[in-house]
Amino acid sequence: MKVLMKGNEALAEAAIRAGCHHFFGYPITPQTELAAYMSKRMPQVNGTYLQAESEIAAINMVLGASSAGVRAMTSSSSPGVSLKGEGISYMAGSDLPAVIINVQRGGPGLGGIQPSQADYWQATKATGHGDFQILVFAPSTVQEMVDLISHAFDTADKYRMPAMILADGMLGQMMEPVELPEEGSANLPEKEWAAKGHGGKRAHNIINSLYLTPEKLEQLVKERFERYETVKRNEQMAEEYLTEDADVVLVAYGASSRVARSAVNKAREKGLKVGLVRPITLWPFPTDALNRAASHAKNFLVVEMSMGQMVDDVKLAIDCKVPVHFYGRTGGMIPTPADVLAQIEALL
Amino acid sequence: MAIVFQKPSTLTDAPMHYCPGCTHGIVHRLVAQALEELGVEGKAVGVASVGCSVMCYDYFTCDMVQAPHGRAQAVATGLKRARPDNVIFTYQGDGDLAAIGTAETVHAATRGENITVIFINNAIYGMTGGQMAPTSLPGQITQTTPYGRDTNTAGYPVRVCEMLSTLSGVAFAQRVTVDNVKNVNIARKAIKKAFQNQIEGKGYSIVEVLSTCPTNWGLSPVEALKWLEDNMIPYYPLGVYKDVEEGVKK
Amino acid sequence: MKNLNILFAGFGGQGVLFAGKVVAYAALIANKQLSWLPSYGPEMRGGTANCSVCVSDEAIGSPLVTNPNVLIAMNLPSFDKFINAVEPGGVVIVDSSLIDKKVERDDVTVYYVPSSSLAEENGLSGLSNMILVGKLFQEVCTQGDCAFCDSDILDQAVQKCIPARKAQMLDFNRKAIQIGAQQ
Repeated sequence: MKVLMKGNEALAEAAIRAGCHHFFGYPITPQTELAAYMSKRMPQVNGTYLQAESEIAAINMVLGASSAGVRAMTSSSSPGVSLKGEGISYMAGSDLPAVIINVQRGGPGLGGIQPSQADYWQATKATGHGDFQILVFAPSTVQEMVDLISHAFDTADKYRMPAMILADGMLGQMMEPVELPEEGSANLPEKEWAAKGHGGKRAHNIINSLYLTPEKLEQLVKERFERYETVKRNEQMAEEYLTEDADVVLVAYGASSRVARSAVNKAREKGLKVGLVRPITLWPFPTDALNRAASHAKNFLVVEMSMGQMVDDVKLAIDCKVPVHFYGRTGGMIPTPADVLAQIEALL
Repeated sequence: MAIVFQKPSTLTDAPMHYCPGCTHGIVHRLVAQALEELGVEGKAVGVASVGCSVMCYDYFTCDMVQAPHGRAQAVATGLKRARPDNVIFTYQGDGDLAAIGTAETVHAATRGENITVIFINNAIYGMTGGQMAPTSLPGQITQTTPYGRDTNTAGYPVRVCEMLSTLSGVAFAQRVTVDNVKNVNIARKAIKKAFQNQIEGKGYSIVEVLSTCPTNWGLSPVEALKWLEDNMIPYYPLGVYKDVEEGVKK
Repeated sequence: MKNLNILFAGFGGQGVLFAGKVVAYAALIANKQLSWLPSYGPEMRGGTANCSVCVSDEAIGSPLVTNPNVLIAMNLPSFDKFINAVEPGGVVIVDSSLIDKKVERDDVTVYYVPSSSLAEENGLSGLSNMILVGKLFQEVCTQGDCAFCDSDILDQAVQKCIPARKAQMLDFNRKAIQIGAQQ
């Protein structure tokens, strides 16, 4: 049965149903309802809700809980995610799975609290220092937030790496009908690497990211990047909407993809051949879907709530085979379908 | 032949990297001995911090996690909340615990996290080569206080046990040192008690160990012990600062 | 049904978000696609509050309603801000006890409902929003191109939106809806 939930609350409930019983947070707008929901629900499932002293402490509590082998999560909004960068880098360097939620708001600095997609670079290129990647999932509906949370936990466990849900204030605050998975339906893998006490039955496990011998560190990083290649081959996700015959292909994710979809529908009503590629994974980037669209499209138009942070990735993915244009708003402004349609018409 | 003294089974055979005269080795032994005597090595998880002791994960035989700088008690909180039946301890230096990790320390303490904290106070940053620590003494010469710590510009040293003992979440806080056999025995008992408290669910327990850093102090091991006795102990009085017999957990 | 893009606009504390929630629940019960999007800001009370609600047979694109086909204007600043954004052929419902202006456009259908005064007169303090909801369902949601439900579903939606601890409010809400429908 479908229920009506805010995106933030749906993320929280879906995480619990994905077997995450350890949540560590710190208040920040516009992710507020997520932590509040966790504080209500976790005691009901004998889980842990802990309001940490900072985002830094919260991500390191996640690091500790994940080291112990349980599914753990934290959530924040843009300025808070900057603070989590340290812990995310350490988790990547220690091969620890976890889920981090960023309900993005305008930046830089304290920025604003309205919806934004200006943390794309941070999420996909530089969540923290060092050679590493994290999985980045970009839901565009409340239902997809629910579906991607359990997928994010499963994929993070499978590849032993952190995963981020890159949402925004619009998706977090809006309500849509959702169908939740059954409670207790999560499939929790055994984690033999975890630091949970060896009980005298094995050698000690060490969760660590320090390697003072450069040869050793290089080797470990290279092994990790081989794993990333497997992720790139197997884990790309994208939706292709009316792209088969499209002359103009929009590329947009998350909230801006909702606007782009409306613009595509308006364009089709006018008889214009317009489609949309919607990346669902931002890392790995869905190069396969983009190349399918690039094989016949005359123009790409990237639509974002940022100054165009995804544009370079689109160009690289299709090797600049077709011109890639950009339209975006930033600072918490949301583009309208009419604005996007005007951009499309200018290209035709 | 009777064995009168041996290495605890809870320490690995890896050769320690610590400098001659450094007291880390003694404290490692005391921690390992407590785990052995209490029979909890199999369910212990230690959290190594950033500093000279960062590689203590190679020396303790229990499961180990290495935390980002200053975050050991947040990591320990995550571990303990995930596995309340395990025995979780952190091993931290003064820069880690009382500078970059002050917030994590104070809040783990005030939450009354049921963990054991071993705090090495040697009044200097050792691993990075002898910079001023939050616990460096007034007038103390370090790499970054070449004219001596000027309290007008660099402020005063932090007295951790005194500060934490004001918090309701702290069950046990004791300052010890390991400069002679008598004090090593006191330290051994304090560390064991800090673990025993956790097993009994009493709440946050911290043992601060005044330690030496002959290399960065520019002293011989013997001179370093003398410097500790003449300078550190007067500023950081030894003793029990808090001991809540019934624990802080309701 | 024709796509319904409603914008509720007023001050915080007027029940703007609650009114939107009633429509959202009615759409849920009627098995339609829907989205409900609040404006949010640092003010807890008294600031500008808007709520976008979309109801459709198809997947909802942008949930942010910038060109509504139904505008519920609950104060003057909102009326001034959004009246020219309403799609031609759209519907405007105005709380005429708080907004003394008339709509100058002739390409929209306007209903003037003195909902704040009616609420006071009928002992329904704070339920001006539900009087407007009554009118909205009467004129738009249950008849015409955008109709997607009937009055039974509206009643179920109201029951869904009122928490158990406020159960005594249910009949007041029903009365407010009824008054709105009769305007």
